[in-house]
Amino acid sequence: MTLDKLPVGQEAVITRVGGEGALRCRFLDMGLIPKTRVLVRKTAPMGDPLELRLRGYTLTIRKSDAQQIEVEVEA
Amino acid sequence: MIFALVGNQNCGKTTLFNQLTGSNQHVGNFPGVTVERKSGTARSHKDCTIVDLPGIYAFRPYTDEEIVTRDFILDEKPDGIINIIDATNIERNLYLTLQLMELQTPMVLALNMMDEVRGNGGSVDVEALSQALGIPVVPISAVKNEGVQELMDTAVQTAKQRHLPQVTDFCPFGPVHRCIHAVCHMIEDHAKEMGLPVRFAATKLIENDPILREKLQVHDNELEAMEHAVDQMEAECGLDRNAALADMRYTFIEDVCAKTVVKCQESREHRRSERIDRVLTGKYSAIPVFLLVMMAIFYLTFNVIGKVLSDWLAMGIDWLTGVVDLGLTAYGINPVVHSLIVDGIFTGVGTVLSFLPIIVTLFFFLSILEDTGYMARVAFVMDQLLRKIGLSGRSIVPMLIGFGCSVPAIMATRTLSSERDRKMTILLTPFMSCSAKIPIYGVFSAAFFPRHAALVMIGLYVTGILVGILAAMVLDQTAFRGNPVPFVMELPNYRFPSLKSVLLLMWDKAKDFLERAFTVIFVATIVIWFLQTFDTRLNVVTDQTESLLAMIGALIAPIFTPLGFGDWRAATALISGFIAKESVVSTLGVLLGSASDVGAALGTMFAPVTAVSFLVFTLLYTPCVAAITAVRRELGSGWKAAGVALLQCCVAWLTSFVVYHAMLLFV
Repeated sequence: MTLDKLPVGQEAVITRVGGEGALRCRFLDMGLIPKTRVLVRKTAPMGDPLELRLRGYTLTIRKSDAQQIEVEVEA
Repeated sequence: MIFALVGNQNCGKTTLFNQLTGSNQHVGNFPGVTVERKSGTARSHKDCTIVDLPGIYAFRPYTDEEIVTRDFILDEKPDGIINIIDATNIERNLYLTLQLMELQTPMVLALNMMDEVRGNGGSVDVEALSQALGIPVVPISAVKNEGVQELMDTAVQTAKQRHLPQVTDFCPFGPVHRCIHAVCHMIEDHAKEMGLPVRFAATKLIENDPILREKLQVHDNELEAMEHAVDQMEAECGLDRNAALADMRYTFIEDVCAKTVVKCQESREHRRSERIDRVLTGKYSAIPVFLLVMMAIFYLTFNVIGKVLSDWLAMGIDWLTGVVDLGLTAYGINPVVHSLIVDGIFTGVGTVLSFLPIIVTLFFFLSILEDTGYMARVAFVMDQLLRKIGLSGRSIVPMLIGFGCSVPAIMATRTLSSERDRKMTILLTPFMSCSAKIPIYGVFSAAFFPRHAALVMIGLYVTGILVGILAAMVLDQTAFRGNPVPFVMELPNYRFPSLKSVLLLMWDKAKDFLERAFTVIFVATIVIWFLQTFDTRLNVVTDQTESLLAMIGALIAPIFTPLGFGDWRAATALISGFIAKESVVSTLGVLLGSASDVGAALGTMFAPVTAVSFLVFTLLYTPCVAAITAVRRELGSGWKAAGVALLQCCVAWLTSFVVYHAMLLFV
């Protein structure tokens, strides 16, 4: 599943970070790397972007970018 | 000694800078980019200069902020680095720290917001953290000014002893370790030759950094061997080069944190932020609240506080002008000198000062929005809307302020987080019709469309916005083509703004405006005064129609013939509007010989269709000289600012042309 499909309030573990260039590096630098736990907290009023919680801080990314990140919900 | 202050955004870097330097600050730009460079003398160590570098998260070659920071450290070789991190968000903040450590410059870690960590039952073993990283660590609270003195003392001591970061190997074994080791070995000579830290150069090469590769002049066969090492690493650890290095750094950090940090439960500050966000970024409340906030700021700035201050200032200037006028008349001074002082100099000073109250008041509110963390929420809430024109959410604030006054609006672009957004917002802001143009619309609509005045007004504002959107889409596809900076942004916890920071920013903006704007606006006013007062033989004119300005007006008037108002008086009024938009109407009044009833006199010069054409041109043509000065300041180039003025005029001409001829077809 990709991160943009993860329901609000659900936590998951990142399995793969796609994208390229500046976007991908930005993901990695902000701590969105495989094995990281991430929670989707809400979406903005117009439906996009997403508000995420990871590594003890809050991050916002666009849905189209979140598509590049694959996650797995832990059983 | 020179110290570089480096840290993430939202970690309290500016607050610390203000505590370290007080008001001895100098603001400038890094050459060639619109990135701000602030420096100041340390209060406790007068021989130390502190340079506040932009807030960044890593050393990538993608943004100017990141390039500027690493170039500063590598090329200007400061004596020491003060790296400030947010202790409540230690993992992600340490990511930059590891990369700074690779630069092999004496360095101190300032552990900010320690009071917040302790207040929530967490703790950091400072001694152990310092051991694990091999650099001195000083816990501080920048807001409360705790530990700041000790931090500066430690920084000076570390720099004097040339104490370099002790730990640079973040993975003692494994494929990444082997790869870095191999690459270090290969490029050691190149790096030494260029005076670059070897390990830093190696990791950047592994990350495929084009700037470093260029700088190091690595031979093709070496590059090949290096790529081989990287391939092997990627195969062995199952991650590509960038992910592997990020993983290495975060794994090291997690390890260090596990040994030294006792994390608290969800902090009070975080829970409070969540509660506030239920309203401020709530599904139904976010946008109404944002509009209310902006309206309140507008109302307070342009109608209450700013206006009262402006009125007082105007009264003071009027009074002073009156006194000087009387004095000079009594003294019997030469009438030209009298005119120069009263109509030239005093008007010039008055024009410059009239912006000041608005700038100061507006930045008071804006810095509160910024420092509390609300501005990041604005970006979050408005992103979807602004993305369509190739911008990100934050740009909405300067653009909305543009409806009041372009000068502070352009100055407010400074806080936008990417250079591309900054430049584009600067170009678009003047399309938002500023409040100084309202009297022009008012007089014209009263004269030509008395029953549809409101409609004309709304039509003009909408035209401005539409042309702005169109311009944005064109810019997005042409000059600003390519990858915009990714929208991956932190939403910090809400915090109380520090009054000191707010006041310093206000002072900073006021000083900045006066310093830069004074000469230009002042000179421009005097030039216009000169052109209005003399004729070609440098005789004082008795009739405005014979002045140099009228002559220039007549010279350029044919440009406006295709727009339907090729009258020299219209052209002259437009030139005077470059000083201040308010003077378009007054100049027309003088030239038409009826200052008291401009509206009626306009009927002799314009027809309704040409009036609309003129209004559209006024709406879009070059912003006033104060705004252009602000553009020059923010873009860091006089030529670019002149380009903006010219571009606006061209857009105005084209739009008026289209509007005028479309109307001719229908009317």
